Amino acid sequence: MSRRSHGRVAAKRRTHALVFAALGDATRLSLIGKLCRGQPRSISQLTQGAKLTRQAITKHLRVLETVGIVHSVRKGRESRFEFDPEPINGIKEYVNFVSEQWDQALSRLKSFVED
Amino acid sequence: MNRVIEKRVELKAPVSRVWRALTDYREFGEWFRVKLDGPFVPGQVSRGQITYPGYEHVKWEAVVQKMEHERLFSFTWPHPKSLDKKDAPPDYSGEPTTLVEFRLEKTANGTLLVLTESGFDQLPGDRRLEAFRRNDGGWAEQMKNIENHVSKNHVSENHVA
Repeated sequence: MSRRSHGRVAAKRRTHALVFAALGDATRLSLIGKLCRGQPRSISQLTQGAKLTRQAITKHLRVLETVGIVHSVRKGRESRFEFDPEPINGIKEYVNFVSEQWDQALSRLKSFVED
Repeated sequence: MNRVIEKRVELKAPVSRVWRALTDYREFGEWFRVKLDGPFVPGQVSRGQITYPGYEHVKWEAVVQKMEHERLFSFTWPHPKSLDKKDAPPDYSGEPTTLVEFRLEKTANGTLLVLTESGFDQLPGDRRLEAFRRNDGGWAEQMKNIENHVSKNHVSENHVA
């Protein structure tokens, strides 16, 4: 199993709570902001212009990696990090589904009590 | 991010009528499409069987939380991994739950019903309804058709009762 697919499987076992916790930090949100534009970035690229040290940025990236929001891919001698929207989309998709079911149920309730 | 579901519905019916439709287990079953074993009692488990066509194998199980007369009715319920017949869990113990709350307010024309469902961030990341995903939009479409049909029947049944 490659590192990447292993990461995905592990990410699926995480709870949504962890995803939200990982998102609840300004530095990590700004890292996601940089990564979600598509191109995988190296730690040096991500540290550029940031007030934090390379070590601190690495720590934040590892938190995001744990919940599956970013994956590291090896390119030559360097690790690059890329964004994966899956864990965030998974929650949204499910909440939307439940929300639709309520629309249907409440419209039945409406018919039921109004006549 | 959308972590809580909130729905606000204006109902042209008195609060007492809506309260009965929510908390009388037979009436709840009529519009929700579930056959419940017995009345709702705070702190107790409510059990039953879904009667929605195609989902009759799905068990209903909820724990009634609060029943504040004509104001608040709430329960927690599990979100099983799948509603598919072959994957249906034998029981829901240990399944993560969300909290559903119905709040009622008197308005000039009847009742404002505010429904909230919260606690989605406690669900595991893989909580999806596989059966629904396979059907894609098919089920939503079918629900709409059936809904038009059954809501008429419901209204007339309710009339007679």
